[in-house]
Amino acid sequence: MDWLMQPDTTIEKFLVMLFAIALFALVMAAVLVLVDRPSLPRWVAAGGYLGPALLLIVMGLLIPAFMTIRNSLYNNSLSEFVGLENYVTIFTQDLFLTVLRNTFLWVLLVPLLSTALGLVYAVLVDRTRFEKFAKTLIFLPMAISMVGASIIWKFVYEYKAKGVPQTGLLNQILVWMGLEPQQFLLNAPINTFYLIIVMVWIQTGFAMTVLSAAIKAIPDETIEAANVDGATGMRLFWQITVPSVRSAIIVVLTTIAMATLKAFDIVRTMTGGQFDTSIVANEFYTQTFGRQAQGIGAALAVLLFVLVMPLIVYNVRQMRISEGER
Amino acid sequence: MTQSNPPAPASVPAAATESRSAAHGPTRKLTRAEQRAVDAKNRLSSPAASIIAIVIAIVWTIPTAGLLVTSFRPAADIRRTGWWTVFTNPEFSLANYEAVLTGSGDLVQPFVNTIVITLPSVIIPIILALLAAYAFAWIDFKGRDLLFVAVFALQIVPIQVTLIPLLTQYVQFGLVGTYWTVWLSHTIFGLPLAIFLLHNFMREIPASLIEAARVDGAGHVRVFFQVLMPLLVPAIASFGIFQFLWVWNDLLVGLTFASSDYRPITVMIAEMVGSRGQAWHVLSAGAFVAMIVPLIVFLSLQRFFVRGMLAGGVKG
Repeated sequence: MDWLMQPDTTIEKFLVMLFAIALFALVMAAVLVLVDRPSLPRWVAAGGYLGPALLLIVMGLLIPAFMTIRNSLYNNSLSEFVGLENYVTIFTQDLFLTVLRNTFLWVLLVPLLSTALGLVYAVLVDRTRFEKFAKTLIFLPMAISMVGASIIWKFVYEYKAKGVPQTGLLNQILVWMGLEPQQFLLNAPINTFYLIIVMVWIQTGFAMTVLSAAIKAIPDETIEAANVDGATGMRLFWQITVPSVRSAIIVVLTTIAMATLKAFDIVRTMTGGQFDTSIVANEFYTQTFGRQAQGIGAALAVLLFVLVMPLIVYNVRQMRISEGER
Repeated sequence: MTQSNPPAPASVPAAATESRSAAHGPTRKLTRAEQRAVDAKNRLSSPAASIIAIVIAIVWTIPTAGLLVTSFRPAADIRRTGWWTVFTNPEFSLANYEAVLTGSGDLVQPFVNTIVITLPSVIIPIILALLAAYAFAWIDFKGRDLLFVAVFALQIVPIQVTLIPLLTQYVQFGLVGTYWTVWLSHTIFGLPLAIFLLHNFMREIPASLIEAARVDGAGHVRVFFQVLMPLLVPAIASFGIFQFLWVWNDLLVGLTFASSDYRPITVMIAEMVGSRGQAWHVLSAGAFVAMIVPLIVFLSLQRFFVRGMLAGGVKG
């Protein structure tokens, strides 16, 4: 049965995959057949349908989350209880203060820039002839991995010494303008902004799509009434469009903020967190797996959890409000 | 991209197109030209506005186009000159793709791994979530609402919080490093969002349909497969495309759980950036090999993706 755990060839890999799917289907079918008798009490059926999913969620999310919270109160080899020491370290050491500062910049700038760009773009292309195509262009970055996006942008930021032909577009533009080429990803603290641009590039498509749908939901009467009052163009945008989609804007802002907090792919791929660019999600990985600092790693994960929580609560409340308005 | 994001405003978009046409109700429908004239007045239709839109579109497209062009250039040219010089000095080759598909920077096995990882990681959570959503929607039992809220709330747990304890468990089960851990992890992380989304769609199915089937003597299994499943195809497609993109593009789970023989293409490419950061000929071609499948899926199923996103499933 070795090949089930360690398949070597491509064929074996696909066989294991098919086996896994078949095994799963078989188990589920057995469960369904067992609980489908009408004579059985209702909770048996509920248990059969819900059980597998709930079991995985409890084993895979709930219990691990509590274990991580516990681990964050232990030292880095998890052998000794240290109370809140790991958290004190995070909030006092220079390395981690830089991480926190960068995280703050990411969570502030990515949602604001993506949402602003997405809103403006959604309004600009709304009901134009090439709307669909124009939207797809902005939307495409959502389909590719953040690793792919990082490679795309790393190439844009590529640096060659002065005098040598540049291969990175941005430095070439600088040279065309008669300026010195820059090491975009090396010079702190500005390098964090260049990483943030990549995330903005990815998330703007999301903001644009949700806001565009919200804009289309503004009733024609509202716009006609505004027209009668003489509001067109910019005035229409600020006085009608923006207030009408306010709740959608807030949901988009918070959703992107959460995605930004959790994403570590860009920092890891582009700089590896070096040159003062690390953020909490990346530092968690570096500490846990790179430095084997389990306690600090757990504390960083919990910090991530704590930072995400108010955003979710706010997001859900906003959603309730906007549903109530309907 | 890490973990699922909570719902976007489900309320806003669905009715969007309908309400627009309904608003014109009894009055005569505007001709296309008239509609365009009205629209033009309400747009920010100055030349400056059009320029801004075009600039944004260009800035969003150029970086990808640059890397795409680069992936078809000879390696020596990539090192010496910028990709924009192809307009004056066009020279292309498929050597880079040959290199990543056969030669030094072999991405074939990582590509196979990604496929092997992705299919079960999409199929299994969909089925588990369908069953769970069915129970939440159509089986009455005590504490149902409370349990549903709890599952919904668990969406907020960032993956990072669960990684180390999960890894420890996998070591104990003797599964560590195998595909099984990756499948299991993706399934677990996808479930709360899947249940939430599919439950929302399932609630929209009229209860009379299900009751009629039950009166005819159908048990849960028959109701589920004969009545509900056909109606849920769009919902399944919506979540399926999310989960597909999320798993295919994932870095964190693959990096943490898959041993080196089974790592997906994203992990492999991210590693190449670190170890061969200047080898743009393999990086560019490798990046596009990794991107081509999600791009095709995305472009062909875009409307399901948008629909799912607006219904509250955003994979950040």
